[in-house]
Amino acid sequence: MTAPLLQVTDLRTYFFTDQGVARAVDGVSFSVTPGETVALVGESGCGKTVTSLSILGLVPDPPGRILDGSSIRLRGEELVGASEERLRRLRGNEVAMIFQEPMASLNPVFTVGEQISEPLRLHLGMSKRAARERAVALLNEVGIPEPAHRFDEYPHQLSGGMRQRVMVAIAIACEPALLIADEPTTALDVTIQAQILELLAQLREHRGMAVLLITHDLGVVAEVADRVVVMYAGQVAETGTATEVFGFPSHPYTEGLLASIPRADRSGERLRPIPGVVPAPNDWPAGCRFADRCRYAWERGAAEAPPLLELETGRGEERAARCWLVAEPARRHPPIVAETEQ
Amino acid sequence: MPLPVGGGDAVTAVAFPGARRRTRGGRLLSAVMPGAPQLLVGRFGAGLTALLVWVGLLAVLVLRWDRVWAAVRVSSGASLDDRVALVTLVAGLAAAWVWSFRDAGKVQELRWVGVSQWVLAGRAFSRNRLAVLGAVGILILYLVALLAPFLSPYDPSALGDLLTERLVPPSTAHLLGTDHFARDVLSRVLYGARISLSIGFVAIGISVTIGTLLGAVAGFFGSWVDTVLMRIVDMVIAFPQLVLLITVIALFQPSIFLIIAVLGLTQWTGTTRLVRGEVLSLREREFIQAAGALGFSRARIIFFHLVPNVLGPVIVAATLGIGNTIVLEASLSFLGLGVQPPTPSWGTMVADGRSLMLQAWWLSTFPGLAIVFTVLAFNLVGDGLRDALDPRLRR
Repeated sequence: MTAPLLQVTDLRTYFFTDQGVARAVDGVSFSVTPGETVALVGESGCGKTVTSLSILGLVPDPPGRILDGSSIRLRGEELVGASEERLRRLRGNEVAMIFQEPMASLNPVFTVGEQISEPLRLHLGMSKRAARERAVALLNEVGIPEPAHRFDEYPHQLSGGMRQRVMVAIAIACEPALLIADEPTTALDVTIQAQILELLAQLREHRGMAVLLITHDLGVVAEVADRVVVMYAGQVAETGTATEVFGFPSHPYTEGLLASIPRADRSGERLRPIPGVVPAPNDWPAGCRFADRCRYAWERGAAEAPPLLELETGRGEERAARCWLVAEPARRHPPIVAETEQ
Repeated sequence: MPLPVGGGDAVTAVAFPGARRRTRGGRLLSAVMPGAPQLLVGRFGAGLTALLVWVGLLAVLVLRWDRVWAAVRVSSGASLDDRVALVTLVAGLAAAWVWSFRDAGKVQELRWVGVSQWVLAGRAFSRNRLAVLGAVGILILYLVALLAPFLSPYDPSALGDLLTERLVPPSTAHLLGTDHFARDVLSRVLYGARISLSIGFVAIGISVTIGTLLGAVAGFFGSWVDTVLMRIVDMVIAFPQLVLLITVIALFQPSIFLIIAVLGLTQWTGTTRLVRGEVLSLREREFIQAAGALGFSRARIIFFHLVPNVLGPVIVAATLGIGNTIVLEASLSFLGLGVQPPTPSWGTMVADGRSLMLQAWWLSTFPGLAIVFTVLAFNLVGDGLRDALDPRLRR
């Protein structure tokens, strides 16, 4: 196995507020190898975005803080506790991030070109002219027609899909080794979503760039991810390759997520949403954090918090789930059967 | 009219008053009469401005040829004032002519592509006739202030014959009459424009700079920085401004620099609050987070990403603030704490004429009208800018 590009170990990011301590990210570990796409999946409030902000050292402090004992290593270099200066050189240069709202992620008073040029000039010390040439090439690369013309346009003159392409261009400008995409397609309509995902896949292939994709859209995950990290209540609920996790979900939360997406090939079937909501991060349950919403829950879950338990796949892939069902598989009943409508 | 945004080339050909109209007979007409071709196609603001500047400056050049020539000759011992006036005259004429000539040759095609929000705001502004009128008024005021040595019929501080020329009512010799020292009121009003305008401009420049910096810092950093700065603002606001001004000026020798400094250093609170509020909401916008994620330093984010976004409201506040400052300066002068005689200032002139109101109404009336029109012009422009810079009010 290749050395991981990014290795997150036991990451704990807490927010110390007047309403108590919110344990937004509570002991998360995962890794990303070069050129790989890893998807962080989960409902809103699971700690996905805080995890990504922690990697860039952008957690607002106060009230947020990454606890001692957490470790985020990029190519072996420890980022927790690194100087602000080091982190600043890292952001946008080695690790770049695209945000959810393409409408709001571009500065309305500058042209698109100026915004692509800025990180180039700042991180790579390019001259104005060199940066312009490079920016036009980037606009071309992300599939914007007439790039030289678009360079001088303002964000309000572009459509949502175009703006997200521009965001991608800004993010890849300095050839980062890792691109964090925080719900990059949520605000776009379906055809544009597909185009942006296609673009990300192409860029990854051409540049050997790793992508950490944060999303709640399992359709997107199935399409592009190599490996999946399912997060629930600030913890990793299940990890494995995309094929494994989708084919044989072993955490009831993953099962629930999969059962709650509409599928074209099973028409007439009722959607089965997961009951309830994610508990508040300052009030995680003592035992299994999913127990309240779990269809298999028994006494053990309420009493004892399950650790991440290794699963045998028989193919030597890393596979784990935070569920007592792994230890007591007989409890998994009734097996999920399609409830066909009468 | 709704602005077509975000569509790209498809919207270029949108029907729009003034779109795709060629200025007829443009170049020839513009060479003789800059601004006229623009006026003919209904471009009110630009045309009127160019025409007024051209005709007005040409009139000065012809009617005051002797003084202009004196300023040109190196050996004449012309003062710095004269030289500045000469440069203004030449530059103004050249600017009006060159702009109009080049503009008239172009096909007037309004583009929607590659157009910044400033350009869009400029278009909205130029459709607001009152605001354009105000802007033209301000331009004229500044030209008058700079050209005062050429324009004024007499020396503003020269005493006339106290027996025959004292308190002469408006006549052909003295268009606005003379005061109790037999000085020409018109000349004094013209020179007084310099004091009012420069104090208004410089003082607001100082206060807007301080206000924007402090407001941006307070809004961006939040927590205790914000608390400390805002409590200081509260304290400054709580102190009656006029009392503060009077105290400070009474402690020192009143001079124009002191007045500018004091006015500039007491008026920044409004801008600070305004900018802080804007920054507080902008800070949470994703493009500021994105700027952080691109590894930009805090100073860079504040000055290059936040401040340009608050310039709109700041410019509006500054324009309205200039009018306010001119009134404040006039009040100070009225109280005898402003610019000291014999330098003419509108406030001082109103105060001096007050006791002679019944015998010589022209003493207070004309400088008073000058104050009213100046403040009115700034307020019209301020209101126009507010409408133009707020996309929600743009029609």
